[in-house]
Amino acid sequence: MLELLNFGFEFVEIFAFIVLATVGLAVIFGMMGIINLAHGEFILVGAYATTFTFDAGLPLPLAMLAGVVLTAVYGLVLERLIIRHLYGRLLDSMVVTWGISLVMIQLTRIVFGNTAPGIGIPYGQLPVVDGPIYYLVLAVVAVGVLGGLYALFTWTDFGIRARATMQDETTARSMGVDTDRMYMTTFAVGSGLAGLAGALYAPVMTVTPEYGTGFLIETFVAVVVGGASVLVGTVLASGLLGTVNAAVTNVAGTFMGQVAMLIAAIVAIRLMPEGITGMLADWRESRGESQ
Amino acid sequence: MLELTDLHASYGKTPILRGVDVDVDAGEIVGIMGKNGVGKTTLVKAVMGLLEVDDGRIRFDGTDVTDEPADVRARRGMGYIPQGRDVFPELTVAENLRIGETINEGDDRLQYEAVYDYFPILEERRDQEAGTMSGGQQQMLAIGRALVGNPELLLLDEPSEGVQPSIVQDVTRNLRRVNEELGTTILFVEQNLHVVQHLAERCYAIDKGTIVDELEGDRLDSREAVTEYLAV
Repeated sequence: MLELLNFGFEFVEIFAFIVLATVGLAVIFGMMGIINLAHGEFILVGAYATTFTFDAGLPLPLAMLAGVVLTAVYGLVLERLIIRHLYGRLLDSMVVTWGISLVMIQLTRIVFGNTAPGIGIPYGQLPVVDGPIYYLVLAVVAVGVLGGLYALFTWTDFGIRARATMQDETTARSMGVDTDRMYMTTFAVGSGLAGLAGALYAPVMTVTPEYGTGFLIETFVAVVVGGASVLVGTVLASGLLGTVNAAVTNVAGTFMGQVAMLIAAIVAIRLMPEGITGMLADWRESRGESQ
Repeated sequence: MLELTDLHASYGKTPILRGVDVDVDAGEIVGIMGKNGVGKTTLVKAVMGLLEVDDGRIRFDGTDVTDEPADVRARRGMGYIPQGRDVFPELTVAENLRIGETINEGDDRLQYEAVYDYFPILEERRDQEAGTMSGGQQQMLAIGRALVGNPELLLLDEPSEGVQPSIVQDVTRNLRRVNEELGTTILFVEQNLHVVQHLAERCYAIDKGTIVDELEGDRLDSREAVTEYLAV
């Protein structure tokens, strides 16, 4: 029983981490076709903004909100200045965002030094299972973010216009959709989500200029395994990778858990080159044809 | 309401339109007919703002819109129905229609009732993904989508293209109703004889990028006069 609880807790922890780290990147990649290699450094902005506003006396939730807002604004500015010139240029966008990432890491080091003030993990420890209550809070936020994004992209005018723009930009434009503004807003939303990940994990992980790289592996692996569909892909990839990681971690420790997760990712990509959602789409299509 | 003056446009370095003059008054149904490759689609795209013109002016409702992007023109009241429909395949019928609400910003009236009245299938299938519908149904959806926002001008690029004849008749009839009941001005390009004769009140003939004739009344009803500009 305890074994099962431990596995469950481990799964919840890893699932939440992958979801929160990934959604921002998935939104930007899925909606705009931009691979943002500076995603880790957007997370960094969120973490630093949270750390320093908390240090300056803001209550933690407000400090985290500041992290989200500042990262969104930062993304907005970057989109207007640089990113918008890169739409439809996948490789160029990768090189440029990689460059942005390098500059940001070094700038952070120059401006703030090698360490940032720490934030203790709030809310204390769980009974029975060995772990902080805060991880459950993270899981609730992760599910909330997924639900919120689902609602945003399914029911709001913005969401429907964003999906239309993604499917056929020219036609969307000729229907009166300001596609430039769609891209700008989507990028800001994705940036804000990256900032949220940075903010939420600021108490858990030591905040240094390389903070963002701690998220990168899970993030990019999950986006590739998930495939083109932003939400379903993120949920399924996080579920799959989280299960493998949690199961092996429970038996053989954290390091082996990471290794097992990466092996699972390689196998998944080999079997499903278009990602899980790509495979599901193919499967639906072939079923439709045979009927 | 729509004035095209000496319009020039090209694809790359190939000139397609070489000085097109077209006038459309409010409430009219005007056709532009011509064979394949004479510039019909280019003309519609230029009017909609999907293609930059090299020279000439486009005035819509008294405003010079020549330098405005397509989305601004749409919000001014142009409802565009692209060739090959181009509905959003992964959006549902209802979501496709909802996109059309953006058209004609200045007018808050939405025409769902009229759209569902002309094309009841769109109401029946409102939750179906648009990409899974037949060509004819997608054509109806494309018209419905352009109509929902109550546009002042409907702009159609070969509505008969890839649609079976019985549906073409249905679509033609419904477009006439749109014009009569909602007062929507209609400009279309076409090479289908049935559509030209049954829809247009007045029709320009285009060849090699310029307007070569304008037909009305008896001449537009005459099969010989019209097929001269359509026969391949």
